[in-house]
Amino acid sequence: MSVPLLTINRVRKAFGGLVAVNDVSFEVAKGELLGLIGPNGSGKTTMLNLISGALSPTSGNILLSGQNIAGRPAHKLARIGVARTFQLVRVLPSMSALENVIAGAVFGHNRLWGAEALALARVLLERVGLKGREEVPVAAMTYIDQKRIELARALAGNPHVLLLDEWLAGLNPSELRVGIELIREISEQGRTIIMVEHVMDAIRSLCSRCVVMNSGTKIADGRSADVLADPDVVRAYLGDDHA
Amino acid sequence: MMNIPRKELLALGAGLAGVAVLAFLPLVTEGFWLSLSVNIMLYAAICTAWALFSGPTHLVSLASAAFFGVGTYSVAIFIDVLPFPALILIAVVAGALLATLVGLATLRLSGVYFVIFTLGLAELLGQIVTWVQTNFGGTIGLYVFTDFTETHLYWMLLALTVVVFVTGWLINRSRLGLALRIIGNDEAVARHVGVDTARTRVILFAVSGAFIAVAGAIMAPRYGYITPDAAFNPMTSFLVVIMALLGGTRRLWGPLVGVVPFTVVMDFISGHFPNQTAVIMGLAFLAIVYVLPDGVTGQLETLFRRRRSIDKSLLAASAEEGR
Repeated sequence: MSVPLLTINRVRKAFGGLVAVNDVSFEVAKGELLGLIGPNGSGKTTMLNLISGALSPTSGNILLSGQNIAGRPAHKLARIGVARTFQLVRVLPSMSALENVIAGAVFGHNRLWGAEALALARVLLERVGLKGREEVPVAAMTYIDQKRIELARALAGNPHVLLLDEWLAGLNPSELRVGIELIREISEQGRTIIMVEHVMDAIRSLCSRCVVMNSGTKIADGRSADVLADPDVVRAYLGDDHA
Repeated sequence: MMNIPRKELLALGAGLAGVAVLAFLPLVTEGFWLSLSVNIMLYAAICTAWALFSGPTHLVSLASAAFFGVGTYSVAIFIDVLPFPALILIAVVAGALLATLVGLATLRLSGVYFVIFTLGLAELLGQIVTWVQTNFGGTIGLYVFTDFTETHLYWMLLALTVVVFVTGWLINRSRLGLALRIIGNDEAVARHVGVDTARTRVILFAVSGAFIAVAGAIMAPRYGYITPDAAFNPMTSFLVVIMALLGGTRRLWGPLVGVVPFTVVMDFISGHFPNQTAVIMGLAFLAIVYVLPDGVTGQLETLFRRRRSIDKSLLAASAEEGR
């Protein structure tokens, strides 16, 4: 493994007495597509929130290219180069598809303005499969199209790290296939991605490596095929009887 | 920079023509109509300034009276020692400073908590001024004597309104304007795409507060005798909100559509039914919120859009049949 782009070092997040993330450490290499999985309530989204700056960790370090970014506010992290999508899709409802993506281009790591931001937004909308629908108000769009918008908006900032929080959840089988291909394309273009996901088919086909969390701790980290066969992981998901 | 769209150039032309015509108004009329025009121009400036912040952020501020009062007192305190332009400058600084402090204090407040905070602010400042004056000043009021006539006030308010509009237009075309629209849509998304939401909110509130303070400063000579009750009158805040909501805050010129008819009607009502004014105003507030939640301009826009989409679907249907 080359020098890690992102290092999570003994990161802990406690909400009062509840420890949602308990001294978790892992590394993500540049260009890697890492799956972050685990049962509901295992702390995956909290982990993502810590990396994106929505929450600040109780203790521990998060290093992006060697720079400690733990506890920085979300808008600063967006500028440094961390972009994300949300578990429950969040678009800017009163703005057009194009404007939604421009928002990412103008304020994110890219910091474009005017014609450049517009041109990039058009390219990205085409890449996520929304060509010809640039002016449609996003409130009128279907769920998967809104997810596409979110993805394009996150990409518009040209982030070092892209965080996808259950981006594939709620898609029907054919949409899922399209969604998986889209993530694969983005990954193949060299983008570093961490995806929290429950859709195991997607994890198997996309992620070479997985980190598994359960009750706030990391219980496995390695090649997806090995990790998914690990008795501890099976137990975490399905209970003792199946291990 | 981006080039200016044709539609905005047309609006700019119309605006300039309108301002030119309005500037000549005091030459052809005086007395009642001029004084009514001063009122209209006053609320045009304040409501548009209010909507600069409250429109995109959806945070209803009732602090207008506080900024207005601060502006009025900037003039009342220094009128004998400084020339009037300097007093305007003091009002700008005082209004912006107060708004910055309030903005920083209310960063984590939203919805009704923000409303209550801003309402309390005007009351608090009024009480503080009263307390200071009774304990250290000897009298409650301050005199403001100037040579300004209604015509001068009118011109100053017209100029202020133009400056507010130009500022609003520039903001809309800037990163700041885009940031505000994103915040108004979803503050969490705004933060995560890289918008410094706190900074944006405070800057806009300061700009808005400074303009309202200037309006207060310009109006001080009209009152002549300044008391805290008049300068920090909460009615100012409520009127501003009602008029701006009536017009609609989605467009820069939206509040204007509410200000003109409302000021005229209110003038008529307060002249003929002085005892029922508050009741009628309350009813008007209810009616506006229920019937026109997006204001007149918002309602028109929605109607227009629906009309267009019906036309489009008819077109699509006939194309379908033609196949």
